[in-house]
Amino acid sequence: MRKLTAAAAVSVSVFALLTGAASAEKLTIGLASEPTAMDPHFHNLGPNNAISYHLFDRLIAQDEKQRLSPGLAVSWQPIDELTWEFKLREGVKFHDGSDFNADDVICTMERAPDVPNSPSGFGTYLKGKTFKKIDDYTVHISTETPYPLMANDISTIPVISDSAGCGAATEDFNTGTAAIGTGPFKFGSYKPGESITMVRNDDYWGEAPIWSEVDFRPIKSGPSRVAALLAGDVDMIASVPTTDIGVLEGKGEIQLSQGVSNRVIYLHLDQFRENSPFVKGTDGSDIKNPLLDQRVRLAISKAINRNAIVDRVMEGVALPAGQLLPEGFFGVSANLQPIDYDPNGAKELLAEAGYPDGFQLTIHGPNDRYINDAKIAEAIGQMLTRVGIKTAVETMPRSVYFGRASRGSADGQPEFSFILVGWGAGSGEASSPLKSLIHTYDKDKGFGSSNRGRHSNAEIDAKIEEALRTVDDEKRQDLLAEATEMAINDVAIIPTHFQVNTWAAKKGLKYIPRTDEYTLAMGVVKE
Amino acid sequence: MSVFVIRRLMQALLVVFLMSVIVFFGVNIVGDPVYMLVSPDADQADIEAAIRRLGLDRPIWDQYLLFLKGAAQGNLGDSFIFGEPALKLILHHMPATLELAFSALMLAIVIGIPLGLFSGLYPDNPISKGIMAGSILGFSLPTFWVGLMLILLFAVELGWLPSTGRGDTATIFGIETSLATWDGLRHIFLPALNLALLKISLAIRLTRAGVREAMSQDYVKYARAKGISTKRIIFVHVMKNIMIPVVTVMGLEFGSLIGFSVVTETIFAWPGMGKLLIDAILQLDRPVVVAYLMIMVLFFVVINLVVDILYSILDPRVRLQDQGA
Repeated sequence: MRKLTAAAAVSVSVFALLTGAASAEKLTIGLASEPTAMDPHFHNLGPNNAISYHLFDRLIAQDEKQRLSPGLAVSWQPIDELTWEFKLREGVKFHDGSDFNADDVICTMERAPDVPNSPSGFGTYLKGKTFKKIDDYTVHISTETPYPLMANDISTIPVISDSAGCGAATEDFNTGTAAIGTGPFKFGSYKPGESITMVRNDDYWGEAPIWSEVDFRPIKSGPSRVAALLAGDVDMIASVPTTDIGVLEGKGEIQLSQGVSNRVIYLHLDQFRENSPFVKGTDGSDIKNPLLDQRVRLAISKAINRNAIVDRVMEGVALPAGQLLPEGFFGVSANLQPIDYDPNGAKELLAEAGYPDGFQLTIHGPNDRYINDAKIAEAIGQMLTRVGIKTAVETMPRSVYFGRASRGSADGQPEFSFILVGWGAGSGEASSPLKSLIHTYDKDKGFGSSNRGRHSNAEIDAKIEEALRTVDDEKRQDLLAEATEMAINDVAIIPTHFQVNTWAAKKGLKYIPRTDEYTLAMGVVKE
Repeated sequence: MSVFVIRRLMQALLVVFLMSVIVFFGVNIVGDPVYMLVSPDADQADIEAAIRRLGLDRPIWDQYLLFLKGAAQGNLGDSFIFGEPALKLILHHMPATLELAFSALMLAIVIGIPLGLFSGLYPDNPISKGIMAGSILGFSLPTFWVGLMLILLFAVELGWLPSTGRGDTATIFGIETSLATWDGLRHIFLPALNLALLKISLAIRLTRAGVREAMSQDYVKYARAKGISTKRIIFVHVMKNIMIPVVTVMGLEFGSLIGFSVVTETIFAWPGMGKLLIDAILQLDRPVVVAYLMIMVLFFVVINLVVDILYSILDPRVRLQDQGA
């Protein structure tokens, strides 16, 4: 008899598990930053893209590790040097019941780069691409030169409906009338600064989400966000402040999820001026820019104790970095390790380069952009001072910092000599940082746009450009890894660590961390 | 009289114009909004296109003239970040801030005046001394800390009230307000209390000082001698007299409640103008910052203008002096 009841209980709980997907369950998430619109093409910005992931599918999806997988397209491949063929998924319906087909794709790609009043659109990913409908479920994309990153670029564009969305203004998306996608959730309501609600799309073509209703609440203040979770007002929060992680770890009712991100924190060094404005001799006089010397750059890299930054400043929530992307990403080199802390080696290198007594330097950094950014700059300043490079630290709000760091000097060049910055590889592979941070600054080709140290090495440039022409994945992977090795050996930039993001949920829930730092309701699972 | 009003109007216009110069140039020389807006993936051409689209490639005088031209037509520019008119954004967030400031003011009056009255009537009572000590805390504790403590106590530890956000709203008299629903009231209580703490202390001290002064005045003594009940003396005669300064100061403080709501709104994730402003400052959404400041300037200029005109009606000496000058 007892056995029978136990069996009954088991079967009931199994039944509950099976039907769990269809039951009414509400999830409330506290966000650190809120989107600026419900229009998926309005602003190419992390919080906007994360929210639009719920309502709108992409042709190609990026999973939690930013690997590509079929979305609204079932397959994509080059059919000749310059043309890619995308086969679309059949039988997919928009939230308003209309069918998804090639017309939706064509009009999406027309609208995405060109939304009125958009602060920053998706034009970057669509430049030089021509879209052509072949039949209802086939689209050809052609470029002028061979283009291997087609799938990565296309995976960033949310697909909207030809009938409901393409002719609509951003305002229509914000009210919900045009926010018709094919995604796992349907638009519920949008109150800026207050909440964004969504309901489950029961007709979703993929795996239906377990949450019948989701409520996103923007709570910008870190301590308030943690308090809201502890109070039970939200079920999960994003961006747990590092100072609170220890406290939350000790609480049984809270479950933390951590995952490394695609964001590397690194140092750029002035490598284009003979006299760098924030480099001075030990007596404060003008000297020839020592950062032009690879040995000096390597000495700086050796003088930085990456493990100490990770353990002390980041409270263990980061990974020491030896290259541009953490392990597991496409194009990462297997040969590169974080450079060991070696203050004596650093001093020797400095002496060899002709600076036995070091020199004076100022490190500039933001104080409200990356996790603990100002503290990291201070730590690096102290470490460099210890090997003889007397380093002053100056941090400022990002609204001031990035403008000055990018084009702050009188001639429109970067203003600073030595800066702390971060880079998140949106495409999820190594060409993104190589192209923007390492390649020579080249306005016409659009390379090196964030190369604020203006490092320039023709060999590395050639390698990067070759990779960007190579459609074969394996070959490209090797080329990217080689380019990364060359850049690190030349100390083009000095990576310090990879950011690790922390989410916290109430007991029984778990978030599958994403490298792109997005907070998605689809990634919240029950344990 | 009309000469006086016209002259005051001209002065007000001049003030608004001067403020627009200071505000516009002050906000526009700080930082670079382009890098706050463009995606990191954007290349040089994208960045330049964004600069052109925002009109940041023009000389600053040119930008200012464009702003003036728009302002004359009631358009204070579009938000860089939301792409919507800045004025519309601010007006959209205004009800939340106004209801918060109003609730805080109500709390200040309902809590502060009775406590002040008590401690004024019984200054040597230990409870009165406790009230006065408490009011010092109300003055000196920083708002952001008190706010977090309130959340920790009432939301996390006791679980009585929600921690953050604005609750359900309902529409009464055409205004959407959270004061009309139970859920809304539960949400507004903590932020309103946090915002009100300083004003409660102010009300306590003002009332207490007023009561102590009034109780020793001749009309109170005479009323006592006449045999009027203490209750009537306090609530009719004394209250009437001490209310004048209290009401004046509290009225003026309403403006500062709106201004100081920034911190409280951030901690409690309250979707008001203050939060909009602080976000706009952090992200360098210049049109919103400028529009907010211009609205505040107009707000105060209009209040002062009305006060000036009222004074001149109430007190002919002001008017006469002005004509003589």
